[in-house]
Amino acid sequence: MADIEAPLVAQARKPGQFVIISINNEYGERIPLTIAGADPEKGTIRLIWQRLGKTTAELADLQEGDEITNVAGPLGLPTHLEKFGTVVCVGGGIGNAPLLPIAKALKEEGNNIISILGAKNKELLILEEEFAQISDELIITTDDGSYGRKALVTEPLKELCQRNAKPDQVFAIGPAIMMKFCCEVTKQFDIPTQVSLNTIMVDGTGMCGGCRIEFDNKPKFVCVDGPEFDGHKVNFDLMMKRLNAYQDQEKKALEQYKEHQCKIEQIEP
Amino acid sequence: MTDKERQQLLQQLLEKQKTDKLKPSDRYDIPQQDMPEQDPAVRRGNVNEVATGYTETHARLEAMRCLQCKKAPCVNGCPVQIRIRDFVTAIAEGNYKEALDIIKENSLLPAVCGRVCPQEVQCQQTCTVGKKFKDPTKGVSIGRLERYVADLNKNSDSVPTVAAETGKKIAIIGSGPGGIVTAADVRRAGHDVTIFEAFHKPGGVMVYGIPEFRLPKAIVQEEIDTLTKMGVKIVYNFIVGRTRTLEQLLTEDGFDAAYIGVGAGLPRFMGIEGESLIGVYSANEYLTRANLMKAYDFGRGADTPIALSKKVAVIGGGNVAMDSARTALRLGAEKVYLVYRRTEKEMPARIEEVHHAKEEGIEFHILQSPKRIIGDENSRVVAIECLKYELGEPDDSGRRRPIPIEGSEFRIDLDTCIMAIGNGANPLIRQTTPELEFNKWGNIVVDENCKTSMEGVYAGGDIVLGAATVILAMGQGRIAAAAINEYLAKK
Ligand SMILES: Cc1cc2nc3c(=O)[nH]c(=O)nc-3n(C[C@H](O)[C@H](O)[C@H](O)COP(=O)(O)OP(=O)(O)OC[C@H]3O[C@@H](n4cnc5c(N)ncnc54)[C@H](O)[C@@H]3O)c2cc1C
Ligand SMILES: Cc1cc2nc3c(=O)[nH]c(=O)nc-3n(C[C@H](O)[C@H](O)[C@H](O)COP(=O)(O)OP(=O)(O)OC[C@H]3O[C@@H](n4cnc5c(N)ncnc54)[C@H](O)[C@@H]3O)c2cc1C
Ligand code: SF4
Ligand code: FES
Repeated sequence: MADIEAPLVAQARKPGQFVIISINNEYGERIPLTIAGADPEKGTIRLIWQRLGKTTAELADLQEGDEITNVAGPLGLPTHLEKFGTVVCVGGGIGNAPLLPIAKALKEEGNNIISILGAKNKELLILEEEFAQISDELIITTDDGSYGRKALVTEPLKELCQRNAKPDQVFAIGPAIMMKFCCEVTKQFDIPTQVSLNTIMVDGTGMCGGCRIEFDNKPKFVCVDGPEFDGHKVNFDLMMKRLNAYQDQEKKALEQYKEHQCKIEQIEP
Repeated sequence: MTDKERQQLLQQLLEKQKTDKLKPSDRYDIPQQDMPEQDPAVRRGNVNEVATGYTETHARLEAMRCLQCKKAPCVNGCPVQIRIRDFVTAIAEGNYKEALDIIKENSLLPAVCGRVCPQEVQCQQTCTVGKKFKDPTKGVSIGRLERYVADLNKNSDSVPTVAAETGKKIAIIGSGPGGIVTAADVRRAGHDVTIFEAFHKPGGVMVYGIPEFRLPKAIVQEEIDTLTKMGVKIVYNFIVGRTRTLEQLLTEDGFDAAYIGVGAGLPRFMGIEGESLIGVYSANEYLTRANLMKAYDFGRGADTPIALSKKVAVIGGGNVAMDSARTALRLGAEKVYLVYRRTEKEMPARIEEVHHAKEEGIEFHILQSPKRIIGDENSRVVAIECLKYELGEPDDSGRRRPIPIEGSEFRIDLDTCIMAIGNGANPLIRQTTPELEFNKWGNIVVDENCKTSMEGVYAGGDIVLGAATVILAMGQGRIAAAAINEYLAKK
């Protein structure tokens, strides 16, 4: 997690939007990260990320005061906010980060917020405190039962859908597989469900089409038409496969980076 | 022709000129000077520039082929009316500096245009010499000469003079050729100029689209350096419409005028089955990964990956298609097919690029087009199913319409498919600037001075013309700059 100075972005951003950053101007990859929060007065935005591959690892290895060469944004369409009534916010893993500003804004619109936060284990659960503050009801699940309920988020979601007063709207943000199964649940109950998609991106402005998904059997660009979509119309299976398009090469890049870091540590103990 | 023969010929001609003028027949006899190039087999394996440029002897001989026509029809063929005859004559006389000055009266980016203009449908199409040989490519090689004098001036520190500060602020949106030229011209008038660029690097399509082997990035960078030396400010990672809207720039941030040069920037797909499979790219994505993000150095420093392809099909017949195909070769593909639904004659690409692509071993599949794209169980592309085509009556564009032949389906096996079928207008500015007038294709509507429907806002290049050319973007930039200077002088 880090707060980053980007005054113009901090001023302009709305819940649901993201930035594209890169660390090295010549060779760095451009990666999208959701704006998890912002302080327009201080001119900072908050980014929360998970160490996955090389760029997120490099980002984690930066020290306070270091510079991130490029921060472009805010990108994407802001979340459509209104008073729906009862809204269930389902966050999985790092998905809690992009979900938080949306949940906050929904609360401010006067919605009744039920949050379900899922994580692999207790250590990996993030932002519980922040969600507790804005939720009318908070449900925690972990895969291994080390904290909260031992379940996948879809279980409590299904129970909520079965309640007499069923929820009016669901927001689900997390790993693609989680969003897919959440949507399968809510579809049975006919509850509108917004998801926020994390496809591979390059420019983030609609120029390349690399971020495209199949939506209602038609192509859509996540960076400009999204990142939020009606989850019932998203072809998740295809999207998940596209996320793995460069798996082998990414693995190699991360290994190289780790090796390089080890060597540096050996030289300067 | 060997170098020695070339020099001897030049000497003979210079001797002859001393006593009497060269006759047209003497000039027709001078063989057209080909541009020295890297060997096709070698250049497939590197990203260095393909054409290495004229020597002085080449340039003077080629310039002597010019008949110095009274009416100079070439000038009318040039979209910005460079005084072609005069600069070519200057080269023939050995006055290279003068030649460059003549070009610079009308064109600010000669090193770029000399390399990428489609001369065979512009100045060279109308050249008398080409007419005589009934082939525009046999006319005077105007582009090569332009490049020669521009390159001689490389690394010169000369910076255009800037008038006294006026205190007026101008926003230039997009750093493509149109934006660069507009910035230079309005800065010269003493205005305070800021370029806003969405990407982390300047140059627009010249940097993210057109590959290094055709237009070295250092050339574009030099133009940018000149701008910064003149005092133009460039803000990167700034997406007008998102970071700030045009309206905010004009009303809150104190800009007195703006030029919109955001390019086309919306890749078209065919709308056929299988276009979202892994391994199917838009040319924009493929070229951006390769050029801007330097994916050819993945694993050797660069972090952006690109498909490791063995068999590639590129769909399309324009410059973008040629660039994609030749980039795929350089990234290590063993076979690259270019699939185009008309014939080579209708291809909109520059003739030189078509020629180079063939030399490098790109296989042309003409009168064919994909009907659907086929993937495996992991959603990776494995083949395209194509239909064969024949040409019917001419359509609106004057080109003969391709008609599919029923039942002619066949399969091309591949692992990467690149769609290079054109770009539409990116809707970002449209969505965020309701006052601005657009046409039904999403292009900004401007008058003959490149003025839009909004007070103080001008536009040019691909966002106005649809996907066009560098020289047309540059031409509009100059018109817009002149209009902005006039507007601000009155304001
Ligand atoms: C709109 C949006 C918002 C996002 N917000 C967040 C966030 O707030 N926090 C967070 O941790 N992650 C977020 N992500 C995902 C994040 O961008 C990826 O985890 C990151 O790019 C991985 O880069 P890497 O080099 O570390 O890993 P790599 O080893 O390169 O890749 C690991 C996986 O990340 C994905 N990925 C790789 N490159 C990109 C790319 N250029 N763009 C998108 N995904 C890529 C691929 O699925 C890949 O398999 C978001 C993605 C999108 C599209
Ligand atoms: C692969 C390829 C090959 C080509 N080959 C040739 C050729 O050989 N000869 C030729 O003459 N032409 C060629 N063209 C066409 C030529 O490059 C374009 O016509 C020309 O670059 C258009 O210039 P422009 O000024 O409109 O801006 P562009 O070059 O399109 O640049 C626009 C810039 O604006 C930026 N931008 C976009 N939106 C925003 C925003 N909202 N805020 C801030 N910045 C923004 C973009 O990032 C970009 O840098 C080719 C095009 C491509 C794609
Ligand atoms: S038309 Fe050709 S021959 Fe005539 S002046 Fe122009 S370049 Fe020279
Ligand atoms: S990231 Fe390029 S179009 Fe969306």
